[in-house]
Amino acid sequence: MFLMVTRRLLTGLLAGALVAFAGTAGADANWKQTTNSKATALEQCVRPTGEIRRYHMDLLKHQRDVTVHEGVRKTPDALAGCIDCHVNKDSQGKLIPVNAEGQFCSSCHAFTAVHLDCFQCHATVPTAR
Amino acid sequence: MKNTEPTDAGRRDFLGKAAATMVAPGVVLHAVAEAEPRREPVSGKVRWGMLIDTTKCADGCRACVDACDRENGLTLQSKPEDEDARKWDQQRAIWIRQVKVRDNLTGRVTGLPVMCQHCEFPPCVDVCPTGASFRRADGIVMVDRHICIGCRYCMMACPYKARSFIHEAVEEKLTLAPRGKGCVESCNFCVHRLDNGKTTTACQDACAKDGHGAIVFGDLRDPGSPVAKALAQHQSTQIRPELKLNTGVRYHGL
Repeated sequence: MFLMVTRRLLTGLLAGALVAFAGTAGADANWKQTTNSKATALEQCVRPTGEIRRYHMDLLKHQRDVTVHEGVRKTPDALAGCIDCHVNKDSQGKLIPVNAEGQFCSSCHAFTAVHLDCFQCHATVPTAR
Repeated sequence: MKNTEPTDAGRRDFLGKAAATMVAPGVVLHAVAEAEPRREPVSGKVRWGMLIDTTKCADGCRACVDACDRENGLTLQSKPEDEDARKWDQQRAIWIRQVKVRDNLTGRVTGLPVMCQHCEFPPCVDVCPTGASFRRADGIVMVDRHICIGCRYCMMACPYKARSFIHEAVEEKLTLAPRGKGCVESCNFCVHRLDNGKTTTACQDACAKDGHGAIVFGDLRDPGSPVAKALAQHQSTQIRPELKLNTGVRYHGL
């Protein structure tokens, strides 16, 4: 019984990992091909793409403390920088929120079923103020 | 004056390092401050503070309040349909309160704006259970909304009634002043401006633009700053000085 459960668990994990890998790889291809953000034209993000994909939440979490408590704003790891570079425009030239369906942030977050709480407070498109 | 000499020298040295070249200390200081967002952590060598001249504060003027609302996006919320209008109005976030005080003996009425007083020993920080309410090294008392759980103890503790709670979702947000439902907030001396190299607050600019010039803002530790000079010259007082909070906001003519 125990063996069966373990085997089932392992198979599940393996399948899950495969799907997750294929999913994020797909998301990458998607946003690169179908978007017009500043990031589309760039070779690489502020760090290698794989690193960003795996650790962006840690970088952002660290940066938020440094910014709020120490006032450091000149940094490549600020959320405002991510949004500024990755926001797309629609056919009328209007900015599309990064958390709208299929957009840069939401495409991966919807797939991986991870809540995206940043935008309860933070702007989803760059604003002048 | 004797004691402030080394502090001033240290500060110039610190800021001077940020500048690659130096023509005249004053000029370079200003140029660097205007141009660049902050790279180095804030330090206790600066303490931001304000002097409000209540004798120049015009009756019925709302310039500072409106400027504050605009700068920090406080008006970017609209009333939910099912919300009671009176309740919505009462729960609006207010960073600058317009207060009128009357001396009962003489009948003299004074109007003054009251915002977060940026205490050296802030009661809101003492009571915060999560550490969200904190005092930055440069004297700004603010809320880290990332760790604020919205318990509102700080609102109870503040003797100046300076804090507000955001009761409803915020639809439109600003890049420089993020805010959202469920957190407490208050005046932060336009911290995003200071961190991006500006040296004025929105309320101060609006007051000066309207020709009143009742608000002077700057570094209390720099004897050359306008606020330190004004404080050295004019009579000033803290609100509730008996609490010994050493507020960063002082009033003249109260």
